[in-house]
Amino acid sequence: MTEMLAPDGLDPATPRAGWAARALDSDVFYAFRRSPLAIGAAIVTLAFFAVAIFAPLLAVQNPFDPAQLELLNSRIPPLWSADGQAPFLLGSDEQGRDVLSAILYGLRISLLVGVLGVGLAAAIGIVLGLVAGYFGGVIDTVIMRIADVQLTFPAILIALMIDGVVKSALSNRLDERTMLAVLVLSIGLSFWVQYARTVRGSVMVERTKDYVAAAQLIGLPSWTIMRRHVLPNAMGPVLVIATINLALAILTEATLSFLGSGMPETMPSLGTLIRIGNNYLFSGEWWVIAFPGLALATLILAINLLGDWLRDALNPKLR
Amino acid sequence: MLAFTLRRVLQAIGVMIVVGALSFTMFRFAGDPISQIVSQDASSAERAEIRKSLGLDDPVLVQFGRYFINAARFDFGMSYRFREPVAKLLLERMPATLELATCATVLAMTLGILLGVYTALRRNSFLATLLSAVSLIGISLPTFLIGILLIYLFAVVLGWLPSYGRGDTVRLGWWTTGLLTTSGLKSLIMPSITLGLFQMTLIMRLVRAEMLEVLRTDYIRFARARGLTTRAIHFGHALKNTLVPVITVAGLQFGSVIAFAIITETVFQWPGMGLLFVQAVQNVDIPIMAAYLLVVSLIFVTINLIVDILYTLVDPRLHAGAARRT
Repeated sequence: MTEMLAPDGLDPATPRAGWAARALDSDVFYAFRRSPLAIGAAIVTLAFFAVAIFAPLLAVQNPFDPAQLELLNSRIPPLWSADGQAPFLLGSDEQGRDVLSAILYGLRISLLVGVLGVGLAAAIGIVLGLVAGYFGGVIDTVIMRIADVQLTFPAILIALMIDGVVKSALSNRLDERTMLAVLVLSIGLSFWVQYARTVRGSVMVERTKDYVAAAQLIGLPSWTIMRRHVLPNAMGPVLVIATINLALAILTEATLSFLGSGMPETMPSLGTLIRIGNNYLFSGEWWVIAFPGLALATLILAINLLGDWLRDALNPKLR
Repeated sequence: MLAFTLRRVLQAIGVMIVVGALSFTMFRFAGDPISQIVSQDASSAERAEIRKSLGLDDPVLVQFGRYFINAARFDFGMSYRFREPVAKLLLERMPATLELATCATVLAMTLGILLGVYTALRRNSFLATLLSAVSLIGISLPTFLIGILLIYLFAVVLGWLPSYGRGDTVRLGWWTTGLLTTSGLKSLIMPSITLGLFQMTLIMRLVRAEMLEVLRTDYIRFARARGLTTRAIHFGHALKNTLVPVITVAGLQFGSVIAFAIITETVFQWPGMGLLFVQAVQNVDIPIMAAYLLVVSLIFVTINLIVDILYTLVDPRLHAGAARRT
């Protein structure tokens, strides 16, 4: 990962008067307006977040509430086919769950786990990176060695391991909220390395500058210097990684859920819905799996395109 | 060179000790081994007896040492669920995973290099643009969705290929192979494509980038000036020079191919180590999880080590750099 510097106007850690105006005026926003692909990807991503937030208003039923599911309504094909029934626009599954409602609510879970997971990973990575970069020495060596070893293994393997160990520590039967927390934890613990490395790199550059020496001279505690003065100058690249990692985190959650170690069927995420739908692949009920799969693929493609564009737009070498 | 190799080997051993400690911690502290062995109504005296006989009362370091020695002898204890030695379970399933991973890698290398060369040489052709777009979508599609899509198309709709399992296998000593029977080969097609697709797009992009770089160099221009045929220039000189990084990446990726086989094996119910591991995670079968971590780490670390050492052998510039650093 090459170190990237945040251009002026994209520094979110210093909210001053008129930062919105400056953001609209910045080079990045100009590049954004000129790129139809980026605008399209941003619109699709925002639309996914919007329908996830307003899912209770848009969905015809709450798929997490067993009382609202009628077995009579099971296995209805999508509305446009011959046997379709209102209000099941995209059909229903074995338990009479409306596929569209399940997708809307599942999207909520997927995005929630993704955002919280990336947030946790960034938090761990930033703290460790700050500490490693600022203090250096033995602390730095230990943290970075751990990071090196962890980087040898794919994140999905680490996430699966953590998931299994936590579950065995808490006994196997867990309620939905705990499962969600376990997923966030395993994603957070498997993606922190990149943040730590990037922040450490930026901090090592910042540490030698005069303003840090000045802050040390007037006797500010290390923690205050790190948090108030060094960190804001290292945040730019973190935002880029977070955007790119969001797609990866959502994908990891979906994969874990698909493998059966993620969200349970009583509170399904998109990955769980695909796992449920996989059981009906051979009996011809293709809609139970096709629509959640399409939603997941579109979401990840949109975030990936946005992240790719952001990386290029913020990379001074490519300007 | 010797110093470099030695340092790399020591580093690899260090990583393995860390992973071993992790694996031991999981094995020893996540879940109580006693409650898995004795019946529900065993008295506390009986439990203490078994604790003593298993050596669970010894100091942790002694237990760790014993675990390490046992692991080195490929003895990972008994599976909680299958009531069989973990080593036997892993050994039974290893051929399936290794065959799948090898096929996927060979497929990814062949197609990736071919398509990469094509897209580099005919940069602006319609097919090259199409391939780049498709590769971007291919990266965004989750592995399990690609597998399900293939199953739906070729097994459910068309009925050409089997949708799950390994087909008939032939026994060669302890190794079971699906490569010698028709049904085994047919079963191998879809999982290999699913597993290899991501590596293929990776290699394709890498070959394309490297080829474009090499084609701009002076020695290619000079070869053109000498009047060598385009074919000799492209394949004899340009491609040859792109292959070193490609082989390195493919080698390093072989480890993640084995890890990603977890997903592919679940989709296709392929009876390999990955499927065993996923089932172990679901059943909280800690001995299998701990052993899988050790075995996969060993494969990873060994491959990284070999690639690093080979790389310095192939590329003398790196060798000199490493020597200067030590």
